[in-house]
Amino acid sequence: MPLRELVLEGAGERDLTKLGEYREVGGYAALERALGMDPGKVIEEITVGTLRGRGGAGFPMGRKASLIAKGSPNPTYLVVNADESEPGAFKDRQIMGTVPHRLIEGCLITAHGIESRSVFIYIRGEYLHEFEVMRAALEETRGADLLGGITIVLHRGAGAYICGEETALLESLEGKRGQPRTRPPYPPITGLYASPTQINNVQTIATVPKIIELGGAEFAKIGPQNSPGTAVFSLSGNVVRPGNYELELGTSLRELIYDIGGGVAGGRELKAIIPGGSSVPVLTPEQLDTPLDFDSIAAAGSFLGSAAVMVIDDRCCMVQLALRVSKFYMHESCGKCTPCREGTRWLVQLLDRLEGGQGTQADLDLLDSVCARMLGRSLCALGDFAVYPVSSYMEKYRDEFQAHVDEAGCPFGGESSVEGILAPVDQHSHHKTVEVPA
Amino acid sequence: MSTEALVDQIRAIAEQYPERESAIMPALHIAQERYGWLPPEALCEVADALELTPAYCKAVASFYDMYHLRPTGRHLVEVCTNVACALVGAQQVVEAFEAELGLRAGETTEDGEVTLRAVECAGGCGYAPVVVVDHRYREPVRPENVPAIVEGLRRAP
Ligand SMILES: Cc1cc2nc3c(=O)[nH]c(=O)nc-3n(C[C@H](O)[C@H](O)[C@H](O)COP(=O)(O)O)c2cc1C
Ligand code: SF4
Ligand code: FES
Repeated sequence: MPLRELVLEGAGERDLTKLGEYREVGGYAALERALGMDPGKVIEEITVGTLRGRGGAGFPMGRKASLIAKGSPNPTYLVVNADESEPGAFKDRQIMGTVPHRLIEGCLITAHGIESRSVFIYIRGEYLHEFEVMRAALEETRGADLLGGITIVLHRGAGAYICGEETALLESLEGKRGQPRTRPPYPPITGLYASPTQINNVQTIATVPKIIELGGAEFAKIGPQNSPGTAVFSLSGNVVRPGNYELELGTSLRELIYDIGGGVAGGRELKAIIPGGSSVPVLTPEQLDTPLDFDSIAAAGSFLGSAAVMVIDDRCCMVQLALRVSKFYMHESCGKCTPCREGTRWLVQLLDRLEGGQGTQADLDLLDSVCARMLGRSLCALGDFAVYPVSSYMEKYRDEFQAHVDEAGCPFGGESSVEGILAPVDQHSHHKTVEVPA
Repeated sequence: MSTEALVDQIRAIAEQYPERESAIMPALHIAQERYGWLPPEALCEVADALELTPAYCKAVASFYDMYHLRPTGRHLVEVCTNVACALVGAQQVVEAFEAELGLRAGETTEDGEVTLRAVECAGGCGYAPVVVVDHRYREPVRPENVPAIVEGLRRAP
């Protein structure tokens, strides 16, 4: 299965961070074409191309644009979600760091399509290098008079996973604590500064120039019918050749992990696959032939999420992994709603007890029950993200959880690959713990 | 940078936004660069520049991991211990730094030079284990690379 580069196209051969080089490979020609089209026609091409959002939910971009409030007295905004923080994901970093102009071109085309004059790109704070690359690229674009009166502001985040959630991102951009909003109203009606707002992921926007170049109908022929186009898959974990690989959607997990990634490192056995970042349900080796597209992964019981594929070999204790992942969600819960704020702490306490050898049969039942009580009861999807790993590891590796109870301790006896892994919350003495009744 | 220059710089940034408060995050970044952390004076300057209250600025700053409301070392070493890094030996990297610096993760060396922190996924999972030194990524880092990194920090101006 060869690479199919639409977004990263050309970056392997040339320094596309430079405007001159980007123009030599046809850069900004799609913008020119789009500016000659009616705004509605631009959105129509994106709709015909069935471009589904690459930030996690896979919502069609064209449909989102069609929801933007018409005739609002307020300006319309375009916001690009470059807050990439899903554990396992590192694709937006590479897009911004190597093809910044493609993202800028996508912004300008989209802004034309939704008739916006004002774009904000919210860049994860830790991505300082990528911020600098984007700033330099934007300077060049401005110098070459390509902005056409549209302002693009680069806004640096400051370390908060929840700000990747779109309404938390808007709050953060407005200068507040980044806590998600209750919906409705949705951003296309009441978004940034209570104005109509289109929000999309970096990769979604960076794909737009290709759609205009090829035309929506041609673009829709790439990959599977309901998930056309490519994704930059972030491959990591116990695999021979980790890294970012842009491939057609619909490529199978087996092709990605074995043909491209070289298989499990060190000749170990494959134990588990996380197909879309740490927040999605785990898949087992029997599911290796699942195609990586939104609908196929959903049919297999998980989510494509941010296309971050993590490979886990047989040395990993799934209780330890669940505990580590749960500590992440506990750390990142914004605290606004009770099931998430309290539930994430309960998960950590129970898993900690299990791993420590004090867990009982009743604790396993309690874990199931906490998961069931959290699911679907929170304001934003983080509350569910905290549940999916725990509930799916428990479902698929039940024997291992049971063994922790039966053997009153970890069956790996200190030999797990993630043994003793420290989490940032372990450094915070001020994080309150709840007492789970024995 | 003088207080006036800081305030001017923050107000210039605020011009980019339809509403002034939006500039609070860039303002906090700039103030932190000046002081190394966000002491009460810094919060007051940001508040003055944006016509907000210091308490509001502190409430916002405390939400985000990258703003430091307590002094940190002159250098910051961050080791990612999230899943992808954990699977390929991040804990051994944390322990190598702890041994080399003579402290526990979360602490600062007694001379105030280096703070060591475990952090959540840094977005370099394919080049794991990831270490970020003074906001610049080192990928990947193995325990045997740690002494040279620490040595480099001790020598840095
Ligand atoms: C907790 C949480 C974190 C998220 N993090 C990100 C992120 O880092 N980047 C991103 O593009 N979308 C993220 N999303 C999804 C966004 O809310 C939103 O759906 C997306 O930016 C829309 O863009 P798209 O339609 O182009 O995918 C996150 C969602 C949740 C609930
Ligand atoms: S689900 Fe969690 S992160 Fe989302 S709003 Fe509620 S407390 Fe905050
Ligand atoms: S898990 Fe360490 S960089 Fe992503």
